Amino acid sequence: MRSPMHSEALLHVDDLRTYFHTRAGTVRAVDGVSFSIGKGETLGIVGESGSGKSVACYSILRLIPQPPGRFESGRAMFDRVDLLHCSDRELQAIRGNRLSMIFQDPMTSLNPYMRIGDQVIEPLLIHRDVSRAKAWALGVSALREVGIQDAENRMRSYPHEFSGGMRQRVMIAMALITKPELLIADEPTTALDVTVQAQILELLGKMQEERGTAVIFITHDIGIVSGFCDRALVMYAGRVLEAAPTALLFYEPKHPYNQALQRAIPALNATGRELYTIPGAPPDASKSIAGCPFAARCEYALEKCLSSEILLKEVAPQHFSACLRVQLGEIDLTPASAVELSANN
Amino acid sequence: MLRFIVGRLLQMIPVLLIIATLTFFMIRLAPGGPFDAEKSVSPEIRKNLERYYHMVNADGTPRSLWLQLGDYLRNLARGDLGPSSKYSSRTVNELIAESFPISAELAFWSLLLALALGLPAGIIASLRPNSPSDYIPSSFAMAGISVPNFVIGPLLVLFFALKLQWVRVAGWDDWIDRILPSITLGLLYAAYLARLTRGGMLEILSQDFIRTARAKGASSLRVILKHALRGGLVPVVSYLGPAVAGLVTGSFVVESIFQIPGLGRYFVNAAFNRDYTMVLGAVLFYAALIVLFNLVVDVVLVWMDPKQKFA
Ligand SMILES: Nc1ncnc2c1ncn2[C@@H]1O[C@H](COP(=O)(O)OP(=O)(O)OP(=O)(O)O)[C@@H](O)[C@H]1O
Ligand SMILES: [Mg+2]
Repeated sequence: MRSPMHSEALLHVDDLRTYFHTRAGTVRAVDGVSFSIGKGETLGIVGESGSGKSVACYSILRLIPQPPGRFESGRAMFDRVDLLHCSDRELQAIRGNRLSMIFQDPMTSLNPYMRIGDQVIEPLLIHRDVSRAKAWALGVSALREVGIQDAENRMRSYPHEFSGGMRQRVMIAMALITKPELLIADEPTTALDVTVQAQILELLGKMQEERGTAVIFITHDIGIVSGFCDRALVMYAGRVLEAAPTALLFYEPKHPYNQALQRAIPALNATGRELYTIPGAPPDASKSIAGCPFAARCEYALEKCLSSEILLKEVAPQHFSACLRVQLGEIDLTPASAVELSANN
Repeated sequence: MLRFIVGRLLQMIPVLLIIATLTFFMIRLAPGGPFDAEKSVSPEIRKNLERYYHMVNADGTPRSLWLQLGDYLRNLARGDLGPSSKYSSRTVNELIAESFPISAELAFWSLLLALALGLPAGIIASLRPNSPSDYIPSSFAMAGISVPNFVIGPLLVLFFALKLQWVRVAGWDDWIDRILPSITLGLLYAAYLARLTRGGMLEILSQDFIRTARAKGASSLRVILKHALRGGLVPVVSYLGPAVAGLVTGSFVVESIFQIPGLGRYFVNAAFNRDYTMVLGAVLFYAALIVLFNLVVDVVLVWMDPKQKFA
């Protein structure tokens, strides 16, 4: 995909394919994903469970266990370094320094055997030439910044003495302590309850605004994307089916899968009506799919949708779709009840 | 923590009492007695011996076992394990004080060897599971566990002492005499430690927080040393209590092979000779050691795991 932002892109991922070669067969977790993200931009990645969102992002930082994982093709250019193929040293110099990550489950992502403070300041000790005392002081202020009370003492606590929301705050402080240019957040709020979710989102938004950090925000909650991201990708079965600025993605879907997703959102003003569900199930990731992966469940699908691989094409300004029929101008997906959506958000 | 330790030490008292009582009756129920082997013992001397050991009353009538147990426990409370029933001129305390340091030294070198071999082997095996760098140490560990030390010992002697003549066949004088016995005794524990280390490290290395550490830019070495080792060694440390006890008490086979005058050999001989007080003394001494080592291990485990508290 060629977006106009390309020249300024901070990270450019091109035709990424990550497969898992297991005894049960090959899982094509990510199967030809391309995107780029510019400085300070917020990019959402939406998709249902198993669509390959996490694998795509872990691939960028080479956090995929190899074996069974393998990069079959692709590049992830971050400032002229191909993260997929650079040396371990180059990669380690970027990880946690210019490119940080927050994980889904704050309960298991912190080391239970290490004090919070030691974990928060570790990126500084690894990447910056600072004394321990200086790093510790920076750690205290980093914890304060993410809203942790009594930060001096909390630095000496262990993760089990923190609640889930507090741990995610710690993760954010830890990821941002080196002022990275890009932050990848893999469903940072999914494991938290709703009120805490809102607080964490607000905190992330605030931190991002202050520092101008670019964020890749992974979620399966479309509602969060629309409120938080400039642009978003819709992933399905390891591929990107649609990419657009969030407003366009919601009001003018250009892929039947996205349209179906919109219809499946429970609307606040639609009490008593049965919730729409997409018929069928996602395809078996161990089988290679020739054409559109959504074709089997798509109400518009024709024979030709199954025959050859369909690439993402710009079908409207800034709006990319991998639907052959949309690309050919054969179907026009009418706005997916824009009224309900605006009420919802 | 002090309360925890003192509490555990107090718990030792009833444990040792029960062990003393059980061992006392068991050895008395075994056929034969300490003075049976000596054919030259006349009935007169025998009576005197039995009086000396308080097995009969002053008037020569048999003293009940319960009263004898009472005598023994009274002395035990003062730390006195009594005179050896076999070597009437020596006390059990003396014999233990003389022979235990030798066993302890053997155990120490064996443990050192086991740790020096087992930990690195286990860590290396865990880094790339199911690759040659896993299979090779893991196969050695499997072999080490399967081959008993009464096979390894003579084989080592055959090769290094008889064939190459690098070391002596037996003895315990020079540092060079320490080598073969320590290897014979330590190899099994090295193998166990390697397996436990591999398992513990594999478990920890698959955890989410290891991925977090990598995402922070930590090098492989830093991930292992700073993030994985503390949790990964928990099963190893839990095993060190029984292992040290096993090294100290289980050395009698090795002590026999290499003619080492350690406590293990005294203990086995005492059992054959029905040296009542020596057997009892050694059992109690071993029991106290095991309880102590387990206490040390429990304290270390609590210290290793921040979630644990002294209860
Ligand atoms: N280590 C692995 N071995 C084999 N298959 C894997 C492995 N990790 C992930 N997969 C497979 O890759 C596919 C994509 O997984 P991924 O975790 O990226 O999904 P996701 O979109 O992040 O879903 P979720 O919303 O549940 O987090 C899944 O089919 C999963 O089973
Ligand atoms: Mg995921």
